[in-house]
Amino acid sequence: MSQETPETPIDVAHLAGLARLALDNDASAQVAADLQSIMAMIDAMRAVDTDTVLPLSHPLDAVVRLRSDVVTESPDPQHFQRHAPATADQYYLVPRVVE
Amino acid sequence: MKDFSTLRGMSAGLAQGDFSSVELTQDHIARIQTEDTHLNSFITVSAEAALEQAAAADKLRAGGDTRPTLGLPFAHKDIFCTDGILTTAGSKMLSNFVAPYDATVVGNMAAAGMVSVGKTNMDEFAMGSSNETSYFGSVSNPWDRQRVPGGSSGGSAAAVAAGLVAAATGTDTGGSIRQPASLCGITGLKPTYGRISRYGMIAFASSLDQAGPMTRDAEDAALMLSVMAGFDPKDSTSAQRDDAWLGKMTTDGIAELDQPLTIGLPEEYFQAGEHMLAIEAAKLELEKLGHSLKPVSLPHTQAAVPVYYVLASAEASTNLSRYDGVRFGHRCDNPQSLQDLYERSREEGFGPEVKRRILPGTYTLSVGYFDAYYLKAQKIRRLIAEDFDNAFTDVDLLLTPTAPTPAFKKNQLTDDPVAMYQQDLYTVPTSLAGLPAMSIPCGFSQGLPMGMQLIAPAFREDLPLALAAQFQRHTDWHLRRPGQDL
Repeated sequence: MSQETPETPIDVAHLAGLARLALDNDASAQVAADLQSIMAMIDAMRAVDTDTVLPLSHPLDAVVRLRSDVVTESPDPQHFQRHAPATADQYYLVPRVVE
Repeated sequence: MKDFSTLRGMSAGLAQGDFSSVELTQDHIARIQTEDTHLNSFITVSAEAALEQAAAADKLRAGGDTRPTLGLPFAHKDIFCTDGILTTAGSKMLSNFVAPYDATVVGNMAAAGMVSVGKTNMDEFAMGSSNETSYFGSVSNPWDRQRVPGGSSGGSAAAVAAGLVAAATGTDTGGSIRQPASLCGITGLKPTYGRISRYGMIAFASSLDQAGPMTRDAEDAALMLSVMAGFDPKDSTSAQRDDAWLGKMTTDGIAELDQPLTIGLPEEYFQAGEHMLAIEAAKLELEKLGHSLKPVSLPHTQAAVPVYYVLASAEASTNLSRYDGVRFGHRCDNPQSLQDLYERSREEGFGPEVKRRILPGTYTLSVGYFDAYYLKAQKIRRLIAEDFDNAFTDVDLLLTPTAPTPAFKKNQLTDDPVAMYQQDLYTVPTSLAGLPAMSIPCGFSQGLPMGMQLIAPAFREDLPLALAAQFQRHTDWHLRRPGQDL
Protein backbone atom coordinates (compact mmCIF):
# COMPACT_ATOMS: atom_id res chain seq x y z
CA MET A 1 0.00 0.00 0.00
CA SER A 2 1.50 3.31 -1.01
CA GLN A 3 1.87 6.04 1.59
CA GLU A 4 3.09 8.56 -0.97
CA THR A 5 1.03 11.60 -1.80
CA PRO A 6 -0.14 11.58 -5.41
CA GLU A 7 1.71 13.03 -8.36
CA THR A 8 -1.43 12.68 -10.49
CA PRO A 9 -4.54 14.84 -10.15
CA ILE A 10 -7.03 13.71 -7.51
CA ASP A 11 -9.94 11.65 -8.83
CA VAL A 12 -12.74 13.92 -7.63
CA ALA A 13 -15.55 11.69 -8.89
CA HIS A 14 -14.21 8.73 -6.91
CA LEU A 15 -13.76 10.89 -3.81
CA ALA A 16 -17.28 12.31 -4.10
CA GLY A 17 -18.56 8.75 -4.31
CA LEU A 18 -16.73 7.85 -1.10
CA ALA A 19 -18.23 10.93 0.58
CA ARG A 20 -21.71 10.13 -0.82
CA LEU A 21 -21.94 13.49 -2.54
CA ALA A 22 -23.54 13.84 -5.96
CA LEU A 23 -21.47 16.33 -7.94
CA ASP A 24 -22.70 17.58 -11.26
CA ASN A 25 -20.21 18.13 -14.09
CA ASP A 26 -20.42 21.92 -13.88
CA ALA A 27 -19.46 21.94 -10.20
CA SER A 28 -16.78 19.29 -10.31
CA ALA A 29 -14.18 21.40 -12.19
CA GLN A 30 -14.32 24.08 -9.50
CA VAL A 31 -14.33 21.45 -6.75
CA ALA A 32 -11.24 19.81 -8.28
CA ALA A 33 -9.42 23.15 -8.53
CA ASP A 34 -10.23 24.04 -4.91
CA LEU A 35 -9.19 20.60 -3.71
CA GLN A 36 -5.86 20.81 -5.52
CA SER A 37 -5.09 24.22 -3.99
CA ILE A 38 -6.10 23.06 -0.50
CA MET A 39 -3.96 19.94 -0.80
CA ALA A 40 -1.03 22.04 -2.06
CA MET A 41 -1.37 24.22 1.07
CA ILE A 42 -1.54 21.09 3.23
CA ASP A 43 1.51 19.53 1.59
CA ALA A 44 3.68 22.26 3.18
CA MET A 45 3.51 20.27 6.42
CA ARG A 46 5.48 17.42 4.86
CA ALA A 47 8.68 19.41 5.43
CA VAL A 48 8.43 18.86 9.20
CA ASP A 49 10.58 16.01 10.50
CA THR A 50 8.34 13.69 12.56
CA ASP A 51 10.38 10.47 12.48
CA THR A 52 10.58 10.10 16.26
CA VAL A 53 7.31 11.81 17.19
CA LEU A 54 4.21 10.02 18.46
CA PRO A 55 0.82 11.13 17.15
CA LEU A 56 -1.38 13.26 19.43
CA SER A 57 -5.10 12.56 19.10
CA HIS A 58 -6.46 14.29 22.22
CA PRO A 59 -5.11 17.86 22.50
CA LEU A 60 -4.19 17.42 26.16
CA ASP A 61 -3.04 13.83 25.59
CA ALA A 62 -5.85 12.65 27.90
CA VAL A 63 -7.53 9.27 27.70
CA VAL A 64 -11.19 9.30 26.81
CA ARG A 65 -13.22 8.34 29.87
CA LEU A 66 -15.23 5.12 29.76
CA ARG A 67 -18.51 4.55 31.55
CA SER A 68 -20.53 1.54 32.56
CA ASP A 69 -22.75 0.22 29.82
CA VAL A 70 -26.03 0.85 31.57
CA VAL A 71 -29.29 2.39 30.43
CA THR A 72 -29.54 5.95 31.72
CA GLU A 73 -32.62 7.11 29.89
CA SER A 74 -35.36 5.61 27.75
CA PRO A 75 -36.19 8.10 25.03
CA ASP A 76 -39.63 8.21 23.51
CA PRO A 77 -39.25 7.14 19.86
CA GLN A 78 -42.13 9.36 18.78
CA HIS A 79 -40.36 12.38 20.25
CA PHE A 80 -37.12 11.52 18.47
CA GLN A 81 -38.78 10.68 15.16
CA ARG A 82 -40.88 13.84 14.91
CA HIS A 83 -38.59 15.29 12.27
CA ALA A 84 -37.67 12.14 10.39
CA PRO A 85 -38.41 12.45 6.66
CA ALA A 86 -40.38 9.15 6.58
CA THR A 87 -41.21 6.60 9.27
CA ALA A 88 -43.60 3.71 9.87
CA ASP A 89 -44.03 1.66 13.05
CA GLN A 90 -40.94 3.35 14.56
CA TYR A 91 -38.80 2.38 11.53
CA TYR A 92 -37.13 4.87 9.21
CA LEU A 93 -38.27 4.42 5.63
CA VAL A 94 -35.83 4.50 2.71
CA PRO A 95 -36.17 3.35 -0.91
CA ARG A 96 -36.39 -0.42 -1.28
CA VAL A 97 -32.90 -1.96 -1.32
CA VAL A 98 -33.81 -5.64 -1.86
CA GLU A 99 -36.48 -6.43 -4.44
CA MET B 1 -31.54 55.38 28.81
CA LYS B 2 -30.95 52.29 30.92
CA ASP B 3 -27.56 50.66 30.56
CA PHE B 4 -28.11 47.14 29.32
CA SER B 5 -24.62 46.85 27.88
CA THR B 6 -23.17 44.33 30.34
CA LEU B 7 -24.49 41.32 32.22
CA ARG B 8 -23.03 42.66 35.48
CA GLY B 9 -24.75 46.01 34.94
CA MET B 10 -28.11 44.38 34.24
CA SER B 11 -27.62 42.05 37.20
CA ALA B 12 -27.20 45.05 39.50
CA GLY B 13 -30.30 46.69 38.01
CA LEU B 14 -32.37 43.55 38.53
CA ALA B 15 -31.11 43.20 42.11
CA GLN B 16 -32.04 46.82 42.88
CA GLY B 17 -35.47 46.38 41.33
CA ASP B 18 -34.83 49.03 38.64
CA PHE B 19 -36.50 46.74 36.12
CA SER B 20 -37.79 43.21 35.90
CA SER B 21 -36.41 40.42 33.75
CA VAL B 22 -39.59 40.53 31.68
CA GLU B 23 -39.04 44.26 30.97
CA LEU B 24 -35.40 43.61 30.17
CA THR B 25 -36.29 40.75 27.84
CA GLN B 26 -39.03 42.75 26.10
CA ASP B 27 -36.53 45.55 25.51
CA HIS B 28 -34.01 43.10 24.02
CA ILE B 29 -36.55 41.49 21.71
CA ALA B 30 -37.82 44.87 20.50
CA ARG B 31 -34.29 46.02 19.75
CA ILE B 32 -33.41 42.82 17.89
CA GLN B 33 -36.58 43.08 15.84
CA THR B 34 -35.84 46.64 14.72
CA GLU B 35 -32.06 46.71 14.50
CA ASP B 36 -31.14 43.22 13.35
CA THR B 37 -32.70 43.82 9.93
CA HIS B 38 -29.40 45.60 9.11
CA LEU B 39 -27.14 42.90 10.53
CA ASN B 40 -28.83 39.49 10.11
CA SER B 41 -27.12 38.33 13.29
CA PHE B 42 -30.06 36.18 14.43
CA ILE B 43 -31.53 33.12 12.71
CA THR B 44 -34.29 32.66 15.30
CA VAL B 45 -35.74 35.03 17.89
CA SER B 46 -37.54 32.92 20.49
CA ALA B 47 -39.65 35.67 22.05
CA GLU B 48 -42.31 33.48 23.61
CA ALA B 49 -39.91 31.05 25.25
CA ALA B 50 -37.70 33.95 26.41
CA LEU B 51 -40.59 35.77 28.06
CA GLU B 52 -41.61 32.56 29.83
CA GLN B 53 -38.06 32.14 31.15
CA ALA B 54 -37.98 35.80 32.19
CA ALA B 55 -41.31 35.55 34.03
CA ALA B 56 -40.05 32.44 35.82
CA ALA B 57 -36.88 34.32 36.83
CA ASP B 58 -38.91 37.26 38.16
CA LYS B 59 -41.01 34.85 40.19
CA LEU B 60 -37.90 33.24 41.68
CA ARG B 61 -36.48 36.67 42.52
CA ALA B 62 -39.71 37.63 44.25
CA GLY B 63 -39.29 34.47 46.30
CA GLY B 64 -35.86 35.54 47.51
CA ASP B 65 -33.52 34.08 44.86
CA THR B 66 -30.52 36.43 44.56
CA ARG B 67 -28.29 34.58 42.10
CA PRO B 68 -26.43 37.16 39.97
CA THR B 69 -27.30 35.36 36.72
CA LEU B 70 -31.04 35.21 37.39
CA GLY B 71 -33.10 36.78 34.61
CA LEU B 72 -30.20 37.95 32.41
CA PRO B 73 -30.92 37.89 28.66
CA PHE B 74 -28.34 36.50 26.24
CA ALA B 75 -28.26 34.57 22.94
CA HIS B 76 -27.08 31.13 21.86
CA LYS B 77 -25.08 30.41 18.75
CA ASP B 78 -27.35 28.30 16.55
CA ILE B 79 -25.09 25.29 16.98
CA PHE B 80 -26.43 24.36 20.44
CA CYS B 81 -29.39 22.00 20.40
CA THR B 82 -32.49 23.53 22.00
CA ASP B 83 -35.46 21.32 22.76
CA GLY B 84 -38.46 22.69 20.88
CA ILE B 85 -36.60 25.58 19.19
CA LEU B 86 -35.04 25.48 15.71
CA THR B 87 -31.34 24.50 15.60
CA THR B 88 -29.88 24.92 12.12
CA ALA B 89 -26.07 25.14 12.42
CA GLY B 90 -26.42 27.66 9.59
CA SER B 91 -27.20 24.86 7.14
CA LYS B 92 -29.97 24.02 4.68
CA MET B 93 -29.43 20.45 5.88
CA LEU B 94 -30.91 21.39 9.27
CA SER B 95 -33.11 24.29 8.18
CA ASN B 96 -36.18 22.57 9.66
CA PHE B 97 -34.47 20.72 12.50
CA VAL B 98 -35.97 21.10 15.97
CA ALA B 99 -33.75 19.23 18.40
CA PRO B 100 -35.44 16.70 20.68
CA TYR B 101 -33.19 17.63 23.61
CA ASP B 102 -31.13 20.49 25.11
CA ALA B 103 -27.35 20.75 24.87
CA THR B 104 -25.69 20.65 28.30
CA VAL B 105 -24.64 24.30 27.87
CA VAL B 106 -28.27 25.23 27.14
CA GLY B 107 -29.36 23.36 30.27
CA ASN B 108 -26.64 25.00 32.38
CA MET B 109 -27.65 28.51 31.29
CA ALA B 110 -31.32 27.79 31.92
CA ALA B 111 -30.55 26.29 35.33
CA ALA B 112 -28.71 29.53 36.22
CA GLY B 113 -31.93 31.40 35.42
CA MET B 114 -30.59 33.06 32.28
CA VAL B 115 -32.96 33.96 29.46
CA SER B 116 -32.15 32.90 25.90
CA VAL B 117 -33.65 35.42 23.49
CA GLY B 118 -32.73 33.48 20.37
CA LYS B 119 -30.19 31.74 18.19
CA THR B 120 -27.44 33.57 16.33
CA ASN B 121 -26.28 33.22 12.75
CA MET B 122 -23.09 31.35 11.96
CA ASP B 123 -21.02 29.88 9.16
CA GLU B 124 -22.52 26.58 7.99
CA PHE B 125 -21.55 23.86 10.48
CA ALA B 126 -19.06 26.41 11.91
CA MET B 127 -16.92 26.20 8.77
CA GLY B 128 -15.80 29.68 7.85
CA SER B 129 -14.02 32.80 8.99
CA SER B 130 -16.44 35.39 7.64
CA ASN B 131 -20.00 34.18 8.31
CA GLU B 132 -20.54 34.19 4.55
CA THR B 133 -21.15 30.43 4.32
CA SER B 134 -24.42 30.54 6.28
CA TYR B 135 -27.48 29.24 4.43
CA PHE B 136 -29.35 32.08 6.16
CA GLY B 137 -27.27 34.83 4.58
CA SER B 138 -24.16 36.68 5.60
CA VAL B 139 -23.92 38.81 8.75
CA SER B 140 -22.78 42.43 8.63
CA ASN B 141 -20.11 43.86 10.88
CA PRO B 142 -21.71 46.64 13.00
CA TRP B 143 -18.57 48.77 12.58
CA ASP B 144 -18.93 48.74 8.79
CA ARG B 145 -21.83 46.88 7.24
CA GLN B 146 -19.90 46.31 4.02
CA ARG B 147 -17.51 44.13 6.00
CA VAL B 148 -17.71 40.67 7.53
CA PRO B 149 -17.98 40.11 11.30
CA GLY B 150 -15.58 37.16 11.14
CA GLY B 151 -16.63 33.61 11.76
CA SER B 152 -17.83 31.16 12.45
CA SER B 153 -19.50 32.75 15.52
CA GLY B 154 -20.11 35.92 13.49
CA GLY B 155 -23.76 36.32 14.49
CA SER B 156 -22.89 36.18 18.18
CA ALA B 157 -20.04 38.67 17.72
CA ALA B 158 -22.11 41.14 15.68
CA ALA B 159 -25.08 40.92 18.09
CA VAL B 160 -22.86 41.69 21.09
CA ALA B 161 -20.94 44.46 19.27
CA ALA B 162 -24.20 46.11 18.18
CA GLY B 163 -25.59 45.93 21.71
CA LEU B 164 -28.49 43.64 20.79
CA VAL B 165 -27.38 41.37 23.62
CA ALA B 166 -24.65 41.80 26.22
CA ALA B 167 -23.48 38.23 25.84
CA ALA B 168 -23.76 35.25 23.55
CA THR B 169 -22.42 31.75 23.44
CA GLY B 170 -19.97 30.82 20.71
CA THR B 171 -17.93 27.84 19.66
CA ASP B 172 -14.34 27.75 18.55
CA THR B 173 -12.72 24.98 16.52
CA GLY B 174 -9.82 26.92 14.99
CA GLY B 175 -10.59 30.48 16.06
CA SER B 176 -14.36 30.82 15.65
CA ILE B 177 -14.82 32.73 18.92
CA ARG B 178 -11.59 34.72 18.95
CA GLN B 179 -11.37 35.91 15.33
CA PRO B 180 -14.94 37.33 15.19
CA ALA B 181 -14.42 38.85 18.66
CA SER B 182 -11.35 40.61 17.27
CA LEU B 183 -13.10 41.76 14.08
CA CYS B 184 -16.13 43.07 16.01
CA GLY B 185 -14.27 44.69 18.93
CA ILE B 186 -15.61 42.46 21.70
CA THR B 187 -14.22 40.01 24.26
CA GLY B 188 -14.19 36.30 23.41
CA LEU B 189 -12.85 33.35 25.36
CA LYS B 190 -12.09 29.89 24.06
CA PRO B 191 -11.63 27.81 27.20
CA THR B 192 -9.43 24.74 27.60
CA TYR B 193 -10.59 21.71 25.61
CA GLY B 194 -12.84 19.76 27.98
CA ARG B 195 -13.78 22.71 30.20
CA ILE B 196 -17.29 23.03 28.73
CA SER B 197 -19.41 20.08 27.67
CA ARG B 198 -19.78 19.39 23.96
CA TYR B 199 -22.98 17.37 24.50
CA GLY B 200 -25.65 18.73 22.19
CA MET B 201 -23.23 21.07 20.43
CA ILE B 202 -23.38 20.12 16.76
CA ALA B 203 -19.99 18.61 15.97
CA PHE B 204 -17.54 20.01 13.44
CA ALA B 205 -14.17 18.56 14.56
CA SER B 206 -14.55 16.72 17.83
CA SER B 207 -10.93 16.90 19.02
CA LEU B 208 -10.95 20.69 18.60
CA ASP B 209 -14.49 22.00 19.21
CA GLN B 210 -14.95 24.01 22.38
CA ALA B 211 -17.72 26.37 23.47
CA GLY B 212 -17.10 29.71 25.13
CA PRO B 213 -18.48 33.15 25.96
CA MET B 214 -18.60 36.26 23.77
CA THR B 215 -19.17 39.44 25.76
CA ARG B 216 -18.35 43.13 26.07
CA ASP B 217 -15.73 42.68 28.77
CA ALA B 218 -13.70 40.19 30.76
CA GLU B 219 -15.97 40.35 33.83
CA ASP B 220 -18.95 39.19 31.81
CA ALA B 221 -16.84 36.51 30.10
CA ALA B 222 -15.94 35.17 33.54
CA LEU B 223 -19.58 35.16 34.60
CA MET B 224 -20.62 33.30 31.45
CA LEU B 225 -17.73 30.82 31.78
CA SER B 226 -18.68 30.00 35.34
CA VAL B 227 -22.20 29.11 34.18
CA MET B 228 -21.26 27.27 30.97
CA ALA B 229 -18.43 25.16 32.42
CA GLY B 230 -18.57 21.98 34.43
CA PHE B 231 -18.08 18.24 34.25
CA ASP B 232 -20.62 16.39 32.15
CA PRO B 233 -20.82 12.58 32.16
CA LYS B 234 -22.54 12.81 28.76
CA ASP B 235 -19.34 14.10 27.10
CA SER B 236 -16.51 11.56 27.27
CA THR B 237 -13.93 14.33 26.82
CA SER B 238 -15.39 16.53 29.56
CA ALA B 239 -12.70 17.31 32.14
CA GLN B 240 -13.23 16.61 35.83
CA ARG B 241 -11.86 19.71 37.51
CA ASP B 242 -12.18 21.34 40.88
CA ASP B 243 -10.99 24.90 40.27
CA ALA B 244 -12.18 26.97 43.21
CA TRP B 245 -11.62 30.26 41.34
CA LEU B 246 -14.24 29.30 38.77
CA GLY B 247 -17.19 29.18 41.18
CA LYS B 248 -16.02 32.32 42.96
CA MET B 249 -16.19 34.26 39.71
CA THR B 250 -19.98 33.95 39.65
CA THR B 251 -20.45 35.76 42.92
CA ASP B 252 -17.28 37.80 43.40
CA GLY B 253 -16.13 38.57 39.86
CA ILE B 254 -12.54 38.25 38.72
CA ALA B 255 -9.91 38.30 41.47
CA GLU B 256 -7.15 40.90 41.04
CA LEU B 257 -3.74 39.64 39.96
CA ASP B 258 -1.60 39.27 43.07
CA GLN B 259 1.67 39.76 41.20
CA PRO B 260 2.95 40.99 37.85
CA LEU B 261 3.12 38.44 35.05
CA THR B 262 5.81 37.47 32.60
CA ILE B 263 4.19 37.64 29.18
CA GLY B 264 5.75 35.86 26.23
CA LEU B 265 5.73 37.33 22.73
CA PRO B 266 6.06 34.52 20.16
CA GLU B 267 8.26 35.90 17.41
CA GLU B 268 6.42 33.88 14.73
CA TYR B 269 3.19 35.84 15.37
CA PHE B 270 4.38 39.39 14.87
CA GLN B 271 4.47 40.75 11.35
CA ALA B 272 5.06 44.31 10.27
CA GLY B 273 1.98 46.28 9.32
CA GLU B 274 0.11 49.42 10.15
CA HIS B 275 -2.71 47.44 11.75
CA MET B 276 -0.24 45.95 14.23
CA LEU B 277 0.31 49.36 15.86
CA ALA B 278 -2.59 48.62 18.21
CA ILE B 279 -0.81 45.53 19.50
CA GLU B 280 2.39 47.53 19.99
CA ALA B 281 0.49 50.10 22.06
CA ALA B 282 -1.08 47.32 24.12
CA LYS B 283 2.38 45.92 24.88
CA LEU B 284 3.44 49.31 26.25
CA GLU B 285 0.28 49.49 28.36
CA LEU B 286 0.98 46.06 29.85
CA GLU B 287 4.51 47.16 30.73
CA LYS B 288 3.10 50.26 32.38
CA LEU B 289 0.94 47.95 34.50
CA GLY B 290 4.12 46.30 35.76
CA HIS B 291 4.22 43.16 33.63
CA SER B 292 7.37 42.08 31.87
CA LEU B 293 7.48 41.07 28.22
CA LYS B 294 9.79 38.42 26.92
CA PRO B 295 10.41 37.13 23.38
CA VAL B 296 9.73 33.42 22.93
CA SER B 297 9.63 31.07 19.96
CA LEU B 298 6.96 28.59 18.88
CA PRO B 299 8.93 27.04 16.02
CA HIS B 300 6.20 24.86 14.48
CA THR B 301 3.68 27.70 14.06
CA GLN B 302 3.86 27.73 10.26
CA ALA B 303 2.76 24.09 10.10
CA ALA B 304 -0.35 24.73 12.19
CA VAL B 305 -2.72 25.82 9.40
CA PRO B 306 -1.97 22.78 7.17
CA VAL B 307 -2.17 20.44 10.20
CA TYR B 308 -5.44 22.00 11.27
CA TYR B 309 -7.00 21.62 7.84
CA VAL B 310 -6.03 17.94 7.73
CA LEU B 311 -7.38 17.13 11.20
CA ALA B 312 -10.46 19.37 11.16
CA SER B 313 -11.49 18.28 7.64
CA ALA B 314 -10.99 14.61 8.47
CA GLU B 315 -13.03 14.85 11.64
CA ALA B 316 -15.67 16.92 9.82
CA SER B 317 -16.01 14.38 7.02
CA THR B 318 -16.63 11.72 9.67
CA ASN B 319 -18.98 13.79 11.84
CA LEU B 320 -21.01 14.95 8.85
CA SER B 321 -21.57 11.42 7.57
CA ARG B 322 -24.58 11.29 9.90
CA TYR B 323 -26.45 13.70 7.61
CA ASP B 324 -27.72 11.11 5.17
CA GLY B 325 -31.35 12.09 4.70
CA VAL B 326 -32.64 9.09 6.66
CA ARG B 327 -33.33 10.00 10.29
CA PHE B 328 -33.44 13.80 10.31
CA GLY B 329 -32.43 16.76 8.20
CA HIS B 330 -32.88 17.42 4.51
CA ARG B 331 -34.02 14.59 2.21
CA CYS B 332 -34.07 14.94 -1.59
CA ASP B 333 -37.33 14.48 -3.52
CA ASN B 334 -38.11 11.14 -5.17
CA PRO B 335 -34.96 9.17 -4.37
CA GLN B 336 -34.48 6.40 -6.91
CA SER B 337 -32.33 4.24 -4.64
CA LEU B 338 -30.73 4.36 -1.22
CA GLN B 339 -27.47 5.54 -2.81
CA ASP B 340 -29.33 8.26 -4.69
CA LEU B 341 -31.05 9.30 -1.45
CA TYR B 342 -27.69 9.69 0.33
CA GLU B 343 -25.91 11.46 -2.51
CA ARG B 344 -28.58 13.93 -3.53
CA SER B 345 -29.71 14.70 0.03
CA ARG B 346 -26.11 15.59 0.92
CA GLU B 347 -25.48 17.44 -2.34
CA GLU B 348 -28.60 19.58 -1.84
CA GLY B 349 -28.31 19.96 1.94
CA PHE B 350 -24.67 21.01 2.25
CA GLY B 351 -23.29 24.31 0.96
CA PRO B 352 -20.07 24.74 -1.04
CA GLU B 353 -17.71 25.32 1.92
CA VAL B 354 -18.92 22.23 3.76
CA LYS B 355 -18.35 20.10 0.66
CA ARG B 356 -14.98 21.80 0.20
CA ARG B 357 -13.99 20.44 3.64
CA ILE B 358 -15.63 17.02 3.41
CA LEU B 359 -13.64 16.15 0.29
CA PRO B 360 -10.09 16.76 1.61
CA GLY B 361 -11.19 15.04 4.82
CA THR B 362 -12.38 12.01 2.88
CA TYR B 363 -9.19 12.10 0.81
CA THR B 364 -6.76 12.20 3.74
CA LEU B 365 -8.60 9.37 5.49
CA SER B 366 -8.80 7.17 2.40
CA VAL B 367 -6.80 4.02 1.92
CA GLY B 368 -3.17 4.76 1.13
CA TYR B 369 -3.12 8.34 2.37
CA PHE B 370 -3.92 8.00 6.08
CA ASP B 371 -0.30 7.84 7.28
CA ALA B 372 0.95 10.54 4.94
CA TYR B 373 -1.68 13.02 6.02
CA TYR B 374 -3.74 12.22 9.11
CA LEU B 375 -1.03 10.50 11.13
CA LYS B 376 1.59 13.02 10.00
CA ALA B 377 -0.69 15.86 11.10
CA GLN B 378 -1.25 14.23 14.49
CA LYS B 379 2.52 14.01 14.98
CA ILE B 380 3.03 17.68 14.16
CA ARG B 381 0.13 18.42 16.50
CA ARG B 382 2.27 16.99 19.30
CA LEU B 383 5.22 19.19 18.27
CA ILE B 384 2.95 22.25 18.32
CA ALA B 385 1.64 21.32 21.81
CA GLU B 386 5.23 20.83 22.99
CA ASP B 387 6.19 24.27 21.67
CA PHE B 388 3.60 25.75 24.05
CA ASP B 389 4.75 23.55 26.97
CA ASN B 390 8.31 24.77 26.43
CA ALA B 391 7.24 28.41 26.26
CA PHE B 392 5.25 28.13 29.49
CA THR B 393 8.34 27.03 31.42
CA ASP B 394 9.56 30.65 31.01
CA VAL B 395 6.41 32.75 30.88
CA ASP B 396 2.95 32.87 32.49
CA LEU B 397 0.99 33.86 29.41
CA LEU B 398 1.49 34.51 25.73
CA LEU B 399 0.38 37.66 23.89
CA THR B 400 -0.25 37.67 20.13
CA PRO B 401 -2.47 39.40 17.61
CA THR B 402 -5.78 37.53 17.31
CA ALA B 403 -6.19 37.81 13.54
CA PRO B 404 -3.84 38.84 10.76
CA THR B 405 -6.14 41.65 9.58
CA PRO B 406 -9.05 43.80 10.76
CA ALA B 407 -12.50 43.01 9.30
CA PHE B 408 -12.29 42.54 5.54
CA LYS B 409 -14.92 43.34 2.89
CA LYS B 410 -17.69 40.89 2.07
CA ASN B 411 -16.81 38.68 -0.93
CA GLN B 412 -13.16 39.72 -0.66
CA LEU B 413 -11.88 36.22 0.11
CA THR B 414 -14.76 33.96 -0.92
CA ASP B 415 -13.15 32.88 -4.20
CA ASP B 416 -9.87 31.89 -2.58
CA PRO B 417 -10.40 29.30 0.17
CA VAL B 418 -6.70 29.04 0.98
CA ALA B 419 -6.45 32.81 1.54
CA MET B 420 -9.56 32.63 3.76
CA TYR B 421 -7.95 29.82 5.78
CA GLN B 422 -5.00 32.10 6.59
CA GLN B 423 -7.40 34.10 8.80
CA ASP B 424 -6.87 31.27 11.29
CA LEU B 425 -3.09 31.66 11.35
CA TYR B 426 -2.83 32.91 14.94
CA THR B 427 -5.73 30.98 16.43
CA VAL B 428 -5.35 27.38 15.22
CA PRO B 429 -2.11 26.55 17.08
CA THR B 430 -3.87 27.06 20.42
CA SER B 431 -6.82 24.98 19.27
CA LEU B 432 -4.51 22.12 18.27
CA ALA B 433 -2.90 22.27 21.72
CA GLY B 434 -6.29 22.51 23.49
CA LEU B 435 -5.23 25.63 25.41
CA PRO B 436 -7.40 28.48 26.67
CA ALA B 437 -7.11 31.71 24.70
CA MET B 438 -8.93 34.98 24.80
CA SER B 439 -9.32 37.91 22.44
CA ILE B 440 -9.86 41.38 23.84
CA PRO B 441 -10.13 44.73 22.03
CA CYS B 442 -6.84 46.65 22.03
CA GLY B 443 -7.27 49.46 19.52
CA PHE B 444 -8.33 50.38 16.01
CA SER B 445 -6.92 50.37 12.52
CA GLN B 446 -8.64 52.72 10.07
CA GLY B 447 -11.78 52.75 12.17
CA LEU B 448 -11.95 48.98 12.56
CA PRO B 449 -11.39 47.20 15.88
CA MET B 450 -8.34 45.05 16.52
CA GLY B 451 -8.00 42.30 19.09
CA MET B 452 -5.10 40.87 21.00
CA GLN B 453 -4.94 37.25 22.02
CA LEU B 454 -3.90 36.04 25.47
CA ILE B 455 -2.96 32.34 25.61
CA ALA B 456 -2.61 30.43 28.89
CA PRO B 457 -1.58 26.95 30.05
CA ALA B 458 -4.36 24.35 30.17
CA PHE B 459 -7.14 25.05 32.71
CA ARG B 460 -5.69 28.47 33.62
CA GLU B 461 -8.47 30.64 32.17
CA ASP B 462 -8.14 32.65 35.39
CA LEU B 463 -4.87 34.17 34.11
CA PRO B 464 -6.05 35.73 30.83
CA LEU B 465 -9.32 36.76 32.51
CA ALA B 466 -7.46 38.53 35.32
CA LEU B 467 -5.02 40.22 32.96
CA ALA B 468 -7.85 41.23 30.60
CA ALA B 469 -9.88 42.64 33.52
CA GLN B 470 -6.86 44.65 34.67
CA PHE B 471 -6.18 45.90 31.12
CA GLN B 472 -9.85 46.87 30.76
CA ARG B 473 -9.78 48.82 34.04
CA HIS B 474 -6.99 50.95 32.59
CA THR B 475 -8.13 51.26 28.97
CA ASP B 476 -11.44 51.94 27.26
CA TRP B 477 -11.14 50.05 23.97
CA HIS B 478 -13.80 47.59 25.13
CA LEU B 479 -16.20 50.47 25.80
CA ARG B 480 -16.09 51.84 22.25
CA ARG B 481 -19.27 51.33 20.28
CA PRO B 482 -20.02 51.31 16.56
CA GLY B 483 -21.33 54.65 15.43
CA GLN B 484 -19.55 56.63 18.12
CA ASP B 485 -16.54 58.82 17.44
CA LEU B 486 -13.39 56.84 18.03
